[in-house]
Amino acid sequence: MSSVAQKKGFGAWLWEWLTTVDHKKLGILYFLGGGFFFVLGGIEAMLIRIQLLQPESDLISAGLFNQLITMHGTTMIFLAAMPILFGFMNVIMPLQIGARDLAFPFLNSLGFWMFMFGGLFLNISWFTGQVPDAGWTSYTSLAITSPGHGMDYYAIGLQIAGAGSLMTGINFLVTIINMRAPGMTYMRMPLFTWTTFIASAMILFAFPPLTVGLFFLTFDRLFGGNFFDHTMGGNTIIWEHIFWIFGHPEVYILILPAFGIFSEVFPTFARKRLFGYTSMVFATVLIGFLGFMVWAHHMFTVGLGSTANAIFAVATMAIAVPTGVKIFNWLLTMWGGSIKVTTPMLYAIGFIPSFVMGGVTGVMQGAAPLDYQLHDSYFIVAHFHYVIVGGVVLGILAATHYWWPKMFGTMLNEALGKITFWLFFIGFHLTFLIQHWLGFWGMPRRVFTYMDGQGWNLANYISTVGAFFMAAGVIVLVINAIMTTVKNERVGNDPWEDGRTLEWATQSPPLFYNFPQTPLVRGLDTVWLEKQEGNKSGITPAVPIQDIHMPNGSIIPFLMSFGLFIAGFGAMFRLETAWGLPLLIFGLLWTFVTMSLRSVKDDLGYYVSKEEILQDIKHEGGQK
Amino acid sequence: MANFEIYERSQSEQELMKLRAKRGMRSQVIMFSLMIFLTLLSFSIVLASNAEIIGFSKFFVIPVILLFAAVQVGLQLYYFMHMNEEGHGFAEMFIFTGALLAFLIILTWVTIVWWNPVYV
Repeated sequence: MSSVAQKKGFGAWLWEWLTTVDHKKLGILYFLGGGFFFVLGGIEAMLIRIQLLQPESDLISAGLFNQLITMHGTTMIFLAAMPILFGFMNVIMPLQIGARDLAFPFLNSLGFWMFMFGGLFLNISWFTGQVPDAGWTSYTSLAITSPGHGMDYYAIGLQIAGAGSLMTGINFLVTIINMRAPGMTYMRMPLFTWTTFIASAMILFAFPPLTVGLFFLTFDRLFGGNFFDHTMGGNTIIWEHIFWIFGHPEVYILILPAFGIFSEVFPTFARKRLFGYTSMVFATVLIGFLGFMVWAHHMFTVGLGSTANAIFAVATMAIAVPTGVKIFNWLLTMWGGSIKVTTPMLYAIGFIPSFVMGGVTGVMQGAAPLDYQLHDSYFIVAHFHYVIVGGVVLGILAATHYWWPKMFGTMLNEALGKITFWLFFIGFHLTFLIQHWLGFWGMPRRVFTYMDGQGWNLANYISTVGAFFMAAGVIVLVINAIMTTVKNERVGNDPWEDGRTLEWATQSPPLFYNFPQTPLVRGLDTVWLEKQEGNKSGITPAVPIQDIHMPNGSIIPFLMSFGLFIAGFGAMFRLETAWGLPLLIFGLLWTFVTMSLRSVKDDLGYYVSKEEILQDIKHEGGQK
Repeated sequence: MANFEIYERSQSEQELMKLRAKRGMRSQVIMFSLMIFLTLLSFSIVLASNAEIIGFSKFFVIPVILLFAAVQVGLQLYYFMHMNEEGHGFAEMFIFTGALLAFLIILTWVTIVWWNPVYV
């Protein structure tokens, strides 16, 4: 296993990517998989906006519109935003703590393939014409009576993808607790690692409720269960509770890593250490904890009673405090810094006002009496797009530009990057700012069309124009990626020149074992510290060069996930076809056999010898 | 391949480990008998309640066996799953956070879903 490039056939190349357990390759797979679903969700969004361009439009039927909004929400949250963030966590977090890989490389691969097969399962519904259509929240009176197999695709697809997310979250937790380099104390961890840690802890607590809820839904729809059917003694409100007990932490699982990304970008390009590091960590932990105490604010109008509404309203508003702490810390990080306005920095600066606007409208909805007015209007749509696009997506785009050289070894073009930013940023505000007023003017969300003469025409027109700007921005980004990949100008360890954390002391992209020698961490922003003291490599090794133990690749995760994928189809067609039940049994059996294969066959990994490492160092002329 | 070294314990180290193992064994035996005792107690008060002996109403029996169950879970975690030893801080933190969240969720459901003064 030398890192010297060798010519390989297509089969060998494909086999390598299917069997890889390397965190950097799986990170790239997560990133590309998530990117694919992001484009898919984006196309759905464009169709929604084109339909709403004019009043009484009949371009898209009401049924198809329901399918589009359901799949847009589900795809963007579960299959785009989360996997892309997982991709960055996978590639960057082990590098930031000086680890060679995640704690369980096999599990990492299994998590990815379960996400991928779950996502494909969900989207295969488009080819069958029976698509989920009860909204991404899938409220059960509607979801249970939805005809066809649409909601079955939702329940089973998310079940498979969700299990993958849960195991990857646990993987991140174990990695951060156990595999930090010598000297990397908790209070020296970069903020992106901290937010990965807290987001993973939230995954650990938030995903089991989703798993339970989806199992209940699957049983209600396919196996004659009555968990949510009130005519049979069930309770339909329970689904809403279960969903939001998962769903509210889920949005913090998305935003916390984005906060982490910006907490890396600000100090790097303000060339000044993060202001208030300790309070940043504390705020992250507090947001993570409070995130579990507020779920019922999604249900103010259900009729929980005024006491319950008051308690959840106060808890909701409390979250604004740690978030405010973060906003001020970012501003004060820039204050007095020597700022370089690069593309990631542009996104970071654009993020602050955008996210604050989303946060303020969130507090408005947190006030229960006002929420009765805003509920189910376009104001809600504007709010959650302001936090998710203005927060999470801007974070993802910032990280894409910021860490692209670390992931792919070449820089994205800065000029095109800035064009992407301006197109996307202007398009984003154009699309969603006006929707606040649409809400005030009474336009309900999730309607497939509206009548003329209600004063909504111009606002909807503006909103659709904005969506085209955003699409143009994403297209420029894709062109940028293709162009720079074809040009392929290789970059050094620290292409931004101001890297502060350990990932910038590795090659771009890093060797498959990351660090020839495990680094010694001497403080916060350890690479910056070393560079200040004249150590150009940015690393002080903690150990001599020695043999490195690495895990073997394996095709088993792919096969295991594939078993669940076909079992899903079996469960769905169990009652109406003869092959349904055998397929269900076969799929589960397949998964169990591959699981036992993994248990029976000892895989002790292999060693990279000292000689190879020395050769790599000489060849690359990298670290000293 | 990596080189494996055989590490030999010194005399005092060996004795210290022996002493620790002995103490560990002792506490496990004590806790095991305590758990069996609690189980027997739980069964006997349920039997007493079934025999309608005065003083063993269900308002006494149910809280007491739940309490005994909680104690047993604690003993199980700390003495048999080694949470009383060093280096289990994270496991402890995650277990208690999970328990707290589960408790809050169930409390909320009991108060605002199943028993709601609005509907009573």
